[in-house]
Amino acid sequence: MRKGFSVRHQPGFTAIAIACFALLYLPVVTLVVYAFNSAPSVAAWGGFSLHWFEVALTNSDVIDASVRSFQIATVAATLATVFATMAALATTRTRRYRGQTFIYAFINQPLMVPEIVTAVALLIIVAQLKAVTGYSGLGYLIAAHTAFCIPFAYLPIRARLENMDLSLERAAADLYAKPLYTFRRVTLPLLWPGILGAFMLAFVLSLDDVVITEFVKSGGQDTLPTYMLGQIRRGITPEMNAISTAFLLLSVVIVTLFFVVSRKCT
Amino acid sequence: MTSANDLTTKLEAVDARRRWLLASPALLTIFLAAIGPLFIVLAYSFLTPGDYGDVKWQFSPDAWIGVFFERDIFDDTLSLATAHVDIFWRSVKLALITTVATLFFGFPTAYFMATRNERSRDLWQFLITIPFWTNLLIRTLAILQIIRNEGILNTALIKLGMIQEPIQILFTDTAILIGMVYVYLPLMVLPIYASLERLDFRLVEAGYDLYATRWRVLRKIILPLAKPGIIAGSILVFIPAIGAFVSPSVLGGGKNMMFSNLIELQFGQGRNWPLGSALSITVMIIVMAALLVYVRNNSAKDERHA
Amino acid sequence: MKNTTISDDCAVDIRAVRKAYGAGESAFVALDNATVSVRENEFFTLLGPSGCGKTTLLRMIAGFDYPTSGEILLNGSDITSLPPFQRPVNTVFQNYALFPHMTVAENVAFGLEALGKPRTEVKARVAEMLRLVQLEHLAGRRTNQMSGGQQQRVALARALAPQPKVLLLDEPLSALDYKLRKEMQSELKRLQYETGITFIFVTHDQEEALTMSDRIAVMSAGRILQIGTPREIYNRPADRFVASFIGETNFLTGALHGVANGKAKITLKSGQSVVVNAASDAPASGDVTFIVRPEHASVVEGSGDLRGIVEKVVYFGTDTHLHLRLSGGEAFTVRQQNGSVSGSAVEAGQAVAVAIAEGAAQVVRA
Repeated sequence: MRKGFSVRHQPGFTAIAIACFALLYLPVVTLVVYAFNSAPSVAAWGGFSLHWFEVALTNSDVIDASVRSFQIATVAATLATVFATMAALATTRTRRYRGQTFIYAFINQPLMVPEIVTAVALLIIVAQLKAVTGYSGLGYLIAAHTAFCIPFAYLPIRARLENMDLSLERAAADLYAKPLYTFRRVTLPLLWPGILGAFMLAFVLSLDDVVITEFVKSGGQDTLPTYMLGQIRRGITPEMNAISTAFLLLSVVIVTLFFVVSRKCT
Repeated sequence: MTSANDLTTKLEAVDARRRWLLASPALLTIFLAAIGPLFIVLAYSFLTPGDYGDVKWQFSPDAWIGVFFERDIFDDTLSLATAHVDIFWRSVKLALITTVATLFFGFPTAYFMATRNERSRDLWQFLITIPFWTNLLIRTLAILQIIRNEGILNTALIKLGMIQEPIQILFTDTAILIGMVYVYLPLMVLPIYASLERLDFRLVEAGYDLYATRWRVLRKIILPLAKPGIIAGSILVFIPAIGAFVSPSVLGGGKNMMFSNLIELQFGQGRNWPLGSALSITVMIIVMAALLVYVRNNSAKDERHA
Repeated sequence: MKNTTISDDCAVDIRAVRKAYGAGESAFVALDNATVSVRENEFFTLLGPSGCGKTTLLRMIAGFDYPTSGEILLNGSDITSLPPFQRPVNTVFQNYALFPHMTVAENVAFGLEALGKPRTEVKARVAEMLRLVQLEHLAGRRTNQMSGGQQQRVALARALAPQPKVLLLDEPLSALDYKLRKEMQSELKRLQYETGITFIFVTHDQEEALTMSDRIAVMSAGRILQIGTPREIYNRPADRFVASFIGETNFLTGALHGVANGKAKITLKSGQSVVVNAASDAPASGDVTFIVRPEHASVVEGSGDLRGIVEKVVYFGTDTHLHLRLSGGEAFTVRQQNGSVSGSAVEAGQAVAVAIAEGAAQVVRA
């Protein structure tokens, strides 16, 4: 068979791409494999074992940090998604109005500032607030997480709204639906996949955050990533690999869910 | 003005008010927990350090002087703070190389993904999204275990007889660089993929029809059309790279510091919050300048094309 | 007979409606001083090229837009500033705007449910509507799996279900292919006859307008130029634009000498004269433009009304177009029916005489 000229081919691109995918996964796969190592080191293989998962599961610090991570992520992602949905509704499907660009820039601002700067800024203000109010609960972390999750949640919802046919809502109004009824019966159902996707992204981002949490947290408020960072800085054990593997599994599950939701609705 | 015209104006005013109200929770949260605090950082950079962290409310330019200069403790003369300049230079250099390297690897990867057929495209997209959504710390830990002296890389090289002694990669700039390229690669691939996915390959066909070579088609047709994605990807990689905290902390060891480590130091052991604040503002200025130059450069080129 | 059921009662009364975007000198006037009365049970068409303001007017009747000045009355009551959901008016949208997350039946039920009708009534009414548009078998189907023609029917059923006073149709047939469009045209006429609802139909297709409408308003550049029955619009266009937009027309210019009993005599450049219809508001003298439809002229033996040379003969199957150069230098087209198989006796280069049918020449506003 003769090979014709392929319009899409570019020399070397396929090789680079395959290498990239291989190199993206190789370290992670190695990490997961060594989580099942029975030896007390991440260097030499000593046989298959679930020992390090047991160690992690019986470590109360790990459990506490995990629970805290989930609490923060659930509340922050929910708030961020609700706020982002409202903001997206406010900034789309209208003639340009004064302030629209301002709102847009304001919401995207956290994306334009290096995390370390935001982290330091929050450290300062939280220190002041703690001194003034005496409150030192998870509220600060939740507020900080909500803030940096909003732009990530906002963008997909906005994209979906912009693709939504305006005449659908007009048709609803034409058929005697009052604005709230239109929102409930037409806008929200069509927006739902976008909202769900935004929530998942926000949830993962909150769950993954290291820098801001590291600077904002009070004593005894470690989340799973900051706990791990502390441990890694002291030296690594396969226990870290076991925790990472569990965390990784969660990410894969959420990404899969995300894909199922977004595929179903296109 | 007639009454009906007033009605249109009134309806528009009601609508605008409703829109501001809807956006307000998001705006307020971001103001309180992201933008507002930045002004406090700015204020802190002009104050005097407190004895046990925090500040005394006394104006002092020392923090800003301290960003670039060292004051000799004996004769009070100022000399260039070489340690700081080293760190600035390392941060900017590593962030730039990371951006270029992720672009070099990311563009072909995105192109490869975009030229697959519809069904397998979903799979590749899924495969690039997983690392994107996986904890950065975990991915850094994974890279650490590969490049450490007893890691897979050195073990394999020794077994192959290519080296006798393990190469010391960990705790060098190279380690930070490898780590950053590894963790930020998906951030480059995804936006480029988004713009290449929409690429109309009839344009590429037209290019070949008009006697262009593969290289010429890439340079004159594909790259210009992918530019929005390349710009977005570069920004998405450069900003977190210049302020990277996890990679230098975990892979750079104690002495190969970047901006973020230096800042952390001022708020920790250094107990010099004003200096830390001034350093933070410096990072922001560098980022803003880079964004401005980048965006302006690209729009100037666009005008020339037009 | 349907025409007899059109009463003089006014369904929609549009009074001096104006819509301007922006203000002052730079304002764009989308609609200027539009005044129309649409009668009860009428099939009324707004006809004009894109950008003429017909859709703007429709949107204002539906409540998606508000006039800058003027008022809109529905059965005598002012609805100018009512929101769309308070107007007993429903719309069939250009792209149908069917809710993609609902079934056909749910789409049709939407308006009735929004009005809070009892469930049993909604169910019965939906079934009735689906029967009306012959889609009973697809009630449970999602609308995005349907053909253009089926979607069109769903859109009609949905808009008719709440029994609106007036149904607005915004170029509903433009997305369909030719054959389906013809089918839907007669379907629309049937639906209007069976439901007895006033239809206001927007289109840029003159043929569609002529075949379907009871009355037509021809619009251009934000103005209503003429309102009349299809026959009036075609045979007695008041305006040069109306004449050229609808059908093919010959335009001729000549000097008019006095109007009497709606008739006038016009002398052409060649010195020949033609008797034309002229409205009383036509200028009493001076140069005027008049029209002759190509099918109202014929090549005759003897003297005729006009003389000219045949420049080109174009065969169209059912008829033949003769492109003439008149003795005064004007271009003129004659359309002759091909009554016999033997073909036209007229050939290019031949000098011919042309007769204009009685009462066919008509003065228009330039």
